[in-house]
Amino acid sequence: MTTTFEPTSTTDNAGAVDSFTVTVQVRRYQPEFHEEGYWESWTVEMHGTDRVLDALHKIKWELDGSLTFRRSCAHGICGSDAMRINGVNRLACKVLLKDLDTSKPITVEAIKGLPVEKDMIVDMEPFFQSYREIMPFLIADESKEPTRERLQSAEAREAFDDTTKCILCAACTSSCPVFWTDGQYFGPAAIVNAHRFIFDDRDEGGDMRLEVLNDKEGVWRCRTTFNCTDACPRGIQVTKAIAEVKQAILARNI
Amino acid sequence: MSAQQLNIAAPRSGDIDPKYLRQSASSSSNREMFKWLFMRISGPILLVLIFVHLFSNLMVGDGVHGLNFGLVAGKWASPLWQIWDLTMLWLAMIHGTIGVGTIIDDYTSKDRTRVGFKVALYLASVAIIVLGTLVIFTFEPCMTDAAGNLMDNSPSFCFNQ
Repeated sequence: MTTTFEPTSTTDNAGAVDSFTVTVQVRRYQPEFHEEGYWESWTVEMHGTDRVLDALHKIKWELDGSLTFRRSCAHGICGSDAMRINGVNRLACKVLLKDLDTSKPITVEAIKGLPVEKDMIVDMEPFFQSYREIMPFLIADESKEPTRERLQSAEAREAFDDTTKCILCAACTSSCPVFWTDGQYFGPAAIVNAHRFIFDDRDEGGDMRLEVLNDKEGVWRCRTTFNCTDACPRGIQVTKAIAEVKQAILARNI
Repeated sequence: MSAQQLNIAAPRSGDIDPKYLRQSASSSSNREMFKWLFMRISGPILLVLIFVHLFSNLMVGDGVHGLNFGLVAGKWASPLWQIWDLTMLWLAMIHGTIGVGTIIDDYTSKDRTRVGFKVALYLASVAIIVLGTLVIFTFEPCMTDAAGNLMDNSPSFCFNQ
């Protein structure tokens, strides 16, 4: 390398980022080569500003190209890289390595409860099927005023503001112990997205959604474990939203 | 009015592999809701019933040392304790049966195992509820031995007859 654009401030370390070694232990599943999953570890040199996703990138780009995971925006918005990091569901792009205990290996696994296809890639289709069934779109009477803007007061918006933040990363649903044992359960994410429309006063499909969630596999499966609220990378009060849907069904049916 | 009848198609709902479709059709009954509601209501009621029961049996009077056939027989001579214990029996048994049923659902993966455990659970619950109810209503407090004498531990009101 002959040219460098980096500042040559070798003596002045102000602003320099600490580097450290970290061991990343990944649950691999390579169905072409091994029928069973297995653990594989890599030790990499990382910086204080790096996230778990950066460590995975470093492994994939420099050490083992077969490591497979989803990521799109890498900035906590697309919801592609939800995984189980040190036993809890997090977005790999939102967890800084320095916030974890780097003296021990950092474990990274696929999210639980959905069929694993390869390494951290799971089949998301059961998750999206539940999402489709709660009809996640505005249902409004088009004949009324089809061409006018549907105005809403700030207070009416506040009722469902929290649940609009969902990015469908599946961190909540795949952290739910009820979903682990009963894959038919709609799961927190579907209920959160139903909540977003049920409590929207411009929407008129609330009754249908409450009917869907009054199902055997609906909101009553929830046991308020709060795993989902803890897992949500967007800070949505998931368990609270589920409780509000329960209340809405009770109020409607009794 | 069920959501299926209205049939508002969600995007891409036409081309879903059938293996992803939900198996349980929406039963449009409120069974799960009432089960949930029962658990929520019976829980706090049971807390009061059980702790008053424990207090009256173990703390009042001679406490644990006064606990014998006579004490129980004496309590069941009063309609208040009959209704108290009956409510406790029914609520606790139904609450417990629903709870254990949920645990069975969680820990059994095969349908046959689940049905087996559930049948055993329901039979046991019904047997205990029926027997318990029968005992509370047909209880004879003044028991006599073969010679026709009142038993020693009989409640005091038996001796006054």
